[in-house]
Amino acid sequence: MAEFESPDDLLKAVRNAREAGYHKMDAFTPLPIEGLAEALEFHRIELPPIVLVGGMIGGVLGYALQYYISVIAYPVNVGGRPLNSWPAFIPVTFEVTILFAAFSAVLGMLALNGLPQPYHPVFNVPEFALATRDRFFLCIEATDPQFDTVETRGFIESLHPRHISEVPH
Amino acid sequence: MNLLDTKLDRFQRQAFLAGTLALLISLVGALFNREHFFQSYLVAYLFWVGLALGSLAVLMLHHLVAGSWGFVIQRFLEAASRTLPLMILLFLPLLLGLHELYPWTHQEELQNPVLQHKTAYLNVPFFIARAFIYFFAWLTFAHFFNRWSWRQDQGEFLTKRMQLMAGPGLVAYVLTMTFASVDWVMSLEPHWYSTIFGLKFVVGQALAALAFSVLVVALLSKRQPLAGSVSAQHSHDLGNLLLAFVMLWAYIAFSQYLIIWSGNLPEEVPWYLRRTAGQWTLVAVVLILFHFASPFLLLLARLTKRRLGTLMKVAVLVLLMRLVDLFWLVMPAFYPQGPVLHWMDFTVWIGMGGIWVAIFLKGLKARPVLPLNDPRMELQTAHAG
Repeated sequence: MAEFESPDDLLKAVRNAREAGYHKMDAFTPLPIEGLAEALEFHRIELPPIVLVGGMIGGVLGYALQYYISVIAYPVNVGGRPLNSWPAFIPVTFEVTILFAAFSAVLGMLALNGLPQPYHPVFNVPEFALATRDRFFLCIEATDPQFDTVETRGFIESLHPRHISEVPH
Repeated sequence: MNLLDTKLDRFQRQAFLAGTLALLISLVGALFNREHFFQSYLVAYLFWVGLALGSLAVLMLHHLVAGSWGFVIQRFLEAASRTLPLMILLFLPLLLGLHELYPWTHQEELQNPVLQHKTAYLNVPFFIARAFIYFFAWLTFAHFFNRWSWRQDQGEFLTKRMQLMAGPGLVAYVLTMTFASVDWVMSLEPHWYSTIFGLKFVVGQALAALAFSVLVVALLSKRQPLAGSVSAQHSHDLGNLLLAFVMLWAYIAFSQYLIIWSGNLPEEVPWYLRRTAGQWTLVAVVLILFHFASPFLLLLARLTKRRLGTLMKVAVLVLLMRLVDLFWLVMPAFYPQGPVLHWMDFTVWIGMGGIWVAIFLKGLKARPVLPLNDPRMELQTAHAG
């Protein structure tokens, strides 16, 4: 794992590592950095469909709830309007759609991220505490097919990081 | 750059020629069917003045929040807001048609006690005086935002002043446009009233202006001097704004419908009965499907928003639907049985639009296509990397 002092150094390092053929790596930063996700080949498209489906389920449930209440459970005549008065049902349907979409977004994000994650090997490195303050870390994982303890260390040194540490796991 | 200029020059001349021709043809039509001429004229006028005013509103919104999306369309918005003097000129013919358009100008209608009570507001001199006030307010804001932006190009620092004026400007615009929509459209059916009506126009105009800006930026983005300045992120932001305004329009249109439907009062309901009579239902369904549902679903997708070419198609659909919406708001007042299309509905719109586009292009070419010397813009470009 390499420690850098600025976002630009990290971004450069990530791009170099990818050119060198590494794919299984992760970056840790105290702030969001533009272009980092793209540099890490991180394009997820799983979340939007989950939110869409969640929202649609919410919409159907919201409408069904009102239909059940006003048509089946309590069929009350209000001012001669039909029992299934769809214009009046739209606001609640809309709200429940948003509610379910928001829940699917949060829960789906957590599930896809693998959060909450109480243990991660990088925490074994003492300097890693700085990742929440002013240091930028790049971690090349041992599961990468190109990973080799000596060679990878040599490669990381060529990036001129401030500090290199091996993550025990 | 020169090639583009010659192209724009040619297009400007063609637009002006087509516009003048179409207006002349319409004038001939007016001799035979004076009433329909003024009806078509009102719809066309609301569309084109909406583009100018919506652009002014979005321009002020941009000065207020300074998103990077605003800088790529700022000059289009400014050029569109500089068409306001033309729109004042084009308002004058409407004054000749007040009797054809507005029932509250008829003596026999004034026998009605409800309308008698409204004469304090709905009378011709006050109508003209109010229009004068609206135009004065709009022109003032359009003038200063354009002048300050131009002076900033010359090297002065006026960003702060523009940001400071944008808030009051937006408030003034929403208030004046609310009154203008009551005067020009709601009073076509003087018994009816809806408090959200003005907001529907405000949102519709902002939506139209955004769609128009997307169209222009998409057409110009591949050529110098704009090439390279418009990123996928800009396109994405503009797409998100379009989506937001499409939803807001639907929200307001539905709110009005829901309230009137729930109240079920004899003063309010006829407005919707006329707008769903006969083939008008078809127009209403088209609005739901193509003014809301399809742009909404298309704009949900990330890919639609990140490709300017695709986004442009949605913008064209939205612009077209703005016209249909105005048609549906105005025309049932005269044709409660069902829509009656007349060739003047097209020629007046084309005529006014041709001249409007020509003036817009003339204004656009007069200044650099991206604003200069705005410190916030440099911040944005640095940030976008």
